[in-house]
Amino acid sequence: MTVTAAPVPGPRTRARRGAGSGRPAWSFVTFLVALVVASPVIAVVVDGVLNGREATMPRGLGGMVVTTLLLMTGVGLGTLVVGGGLAWLVTAYRFPGRDVLVWLLVLPLAMPAYILGFVFLSTFDAAGPVQSLLRDVLGDAVAFSVRSLPGAIVVMSLSLFPYVYLMARAALVEQSPTTYDAARSLGAGRRRAFWRVVVPLARPSLAAGLAIVMMEVLTDFATVQYFGVKTVSVGVYLVWKGSYDFHAATQISALVLVFAVAVLAGERLMRGRARFTQRGGRGAGLPAERLTGAHGWAATLACLLALAAGFVVPVIRLVGWAVAEARADPEAFVDERFGEYLANSLAVAAIAATGCVLLSLVMSHAVRIGGGRVVGSAASVTTFGYAVPGAVVGIGVLLVFAWADRALEALGVPNGTGLLVTGSVLGILYAYLVRFLAPAYQAVDASFAKIAPSMTLSAMSLGAGPLGVLSRVHLPLVRPGVAVALVLVTIDAIKELPIVLLLRPFGFTTVAVWVYQLAAENFWQKAALPALVIVAAATVPVYVLFRQIRATDRRDARER
Amino acid sequence: MSADTPALRLDKVTKRYGATTAARDLVLDVAPGELLTLIGPSGCGKSTTLRLVAGLDRPDEGCVSIAGETVADGRRWQPPEKRRVGLVFQEHALFPHLTVARNVAFGIDRLPRGEQRARVGEMLDLVRLGHLAKRYPHELSGGEQQRVALARALAPRPAVVLLDEPFSSLDETLRAQVRAETVGALRETGTTALFVTHDQTEALSTGDRVVVMRDGVIEQADTPQAVFESPATRFVASFMGDADFLPAHVHDALLTSEIGVVSTVPGWGNVDVDVEVVLRPHEVALAPDPDARAEVVAVEYHGAFVLHTVRLASGSTLRSWQTHAVRYPAGTRVAVSVVPGIRPTLLVGDHAVSEPPR
Repeated sequence: MTVTAAPVPGPRTRARRGAGSGRPAWSFVTFLVALVVASPVIAVVVDGVLNGREATMPRGLGGMVVTTLLLMTGVGLGTLVVGGGLAWLVTAYRFPGRDVLVWLLVLPLAMPAYILGFVFLSTFDAAGPVQSLLRDVLGDAVAFSVRSLPGAIVVMSLSLFPYVYLMARAALVEQSPTTYDAARSLGAGRRRAFWRVVVPLARPSLAAGLAIVMMEVLTDFATVQYFGVKTVSVGVYLVWKGSYDFHAATQISALVLVFAVAVLAGERLMRGRARFTQRGGRGAGLPAERLTGAHGWAATLACLLALAAGFVVPVIRLVGWAVAEARADPEAFVDERFGEYLANSLAVAAIAATGCVLLSLVMSHAVRIGGGRVVGSAASVTTFGYAVPGAVVGIGVLLVFAWADRALEALGVPNGTGLLVTGSVLGILYAYLVRFLAPAYQAVDASFAKIAPSMTLSAMSLGAGPLGVLSRVHLPLVRPGVAVALVLVTIDAIKELPIVLLLRPFGFTTVAVWVYQLAAENFWQKAALPALVIVAAATVPVYVLFRQIRATDRRDARER
Repeated sequence: MSADTPALRLDKVTKRYGATTAARDLVLDVAPGELLTLIGPSGCGKSTTLRLVAGLDRPDEGCVSIAGETVADGRRWQPPEKRRVGLVFQEHALFPHLTVARNVAFGIDRLPRGEQRARVGEMLDLVRLGHLAKRYPHELSGGEQQRVALARALAPRPAVVLLDEPFSSLDETLRAQVRAETVGALRETGTTALFVTHDQTEALSTGDRVVVMRDGVIEQADTPQAVFESPATRFVASFMGDADFLPAHVHDALLTSEIGVVSTVPGWGNVDVDVEVVLRPHEVALAPDPDARAEVVAVEYHGAFVLHTVRLASGSTLRSWQTHAVRYPAGTRVAVSVVPGIRPTLLVGDHAVSEPPR
């Protein structure tokens, strides 16, 4: 799950005219990166089509498809109600605590679903405190399992609703005030103007938010396993880890890819042919109505409930466990393996972040020194990996390695790379590159966009070659973007669970994997401390988001 | 390089972007030390010309050479950093992370440290900014930034400096002063410069020669006087200053039109042809005459001069500058003639003719 995935819908930035007519070497590197990033997905598609008949499908595939559909629909509805509702509440009304809550509501993004999931289970399952309490009150007959599809839907909705919340809020805030005023002046009441004008105009943003949510649902195969929910992504994982049946795993991951494409197509369809960007315009717009008395406090309570369920209560539970664990056994409180796993997480994350940022720099620079439209397209190809579910990326990476093995064997190297069956850290890094190049490239490219082309041209005319322009002018000027990119990718990589689970070599464990393993075996108290470490790290990008939201809020306040 | 090697030569240079031809068969020689202004309406190809010279775009056809060295033709192509071309932009494009001194030193970093320092000092003295060497660009005024940009471009001793509308980001009062200083610095260093502008007055007053472009084609490249007084085409006549066109006739070396005899046309003795005559407002004389068939239809006060628009009997209009004391209200009947002694430009079709068409 990733915070940066929220691309605000709007007019696409037009391809900038490059400074200069391009350099073959730099353009070539960009094509190479695009090829490397696209290879795993191409591999899944090609292998899925070529070897379709040979594979023996696992039993229950139909059930997996149905489960996936139900889960995606459920979480979609859940996030739409919670995220969309809260966005409407904080935009259209003023109530006690609204100014703080408006940005605190993003916090659940820092709580990965695989952590929220086990806290939820420990709290609500048959042996948990809630059911125990109910039994005390209602008698022993109360005992039901929350390890179910509805349980998974609730947890994932609580963890993912901020995506819809963010997109919906941005859409509501950015709506041109004149549109609402026009509707009102044409005789529509407040409620009617909302349903007939505001909501339809926000539709593309809601669709974009939902698309991100569904992609996250599709990419997960860890959280759902707590709940015994078997989606197609879980199918990929189980088939690969259970039988190392390459063809079957590829077939199912091709199926996952079909789901992903369907989500993107659905988003396009929802967006429709209409263009919803609205330019400026003065007017009062949707006036924020002040809620007083019980209504005001009810609104506050609604926000607090979502915040508590998605972030505060789980954090309190985790802290409580960690403290209890420390009290019970101060010696063994910090497991000796913790240091090793943390080092693994950090090392992999640091390498991935550095690699992503370096490639982003090279690509942005290549586009800037003028590769033309083709190089620009190649650079944007590298950002699509973000929308590819982890199971597809994972199997795709393995397929690419398998091809590399075969190619090396054909060239006379025995056993090829030897990377395939055992899994490897290199595979994890490759998959990270595919998944996380997008946020890095977007952050770096945003900084590049602020450098006027004439700056680049001046440097070139003063005798600086492409490398000189990069090191002497571009690099010093894009440092902010580089810093943001490094932080974002590092934290995404620390949080990432499915890819590591799928690709890790025997004996290689990261903090995320450790939390998952402990939680899967109900060692909740032991899982608390590493889980808190991940939540703390994940709060950093959320903080970056806070600042953005506060900045837009201030700008609004000035304009109103 | 010998003295008569052009600092810049374009030989039949053509550049296409997709279906549009941004520059077509450009032919131009710029002598060392010459200051050339390049003017035309937006989209005329002046920016493309600059990009081709600087090496930011490759020509599709033709050859570009700088100081005798071919930098772009069918086979060779030198990237911008290898060409001896300086660039000055409208938005100055100073490096914001470097001080003024280090901005100026950017292009001469291969020189020994001592020489660098001397050259930076020399350049900053040239633009009279030696005291600001340690400042950062954001601490300078617009005019100062412009002068730093010039010093930075001149420091590596380029064979030619390209200035892309360098003064249009400055406000009106500052512009004339910075322009004079810039031209002074270019002259003092004997620098060859190609100067893009969209301001006709600036083009006429600044350049040794003016190049007028339209639709990717050079319409005329000549001295400011020639461009203004003998425009080569209808477009140049109307773009470089105000001009009205009247149908006219040449018979036995005498040019006549609706307003009577305009002038004699020496050498056109045995012809009898229809032409058009180009009349600029300062060439048109007016005299009140209740019996005349021409009538003043509009009067605009411009300070030192008053612009009168006159409708002739045929419906054509002419404009005329009168000194500020003269003001004929709209509706005044006037007799129209031309100021004595002028040799107006004659057009056949869209092109000026200097000898009788056959």
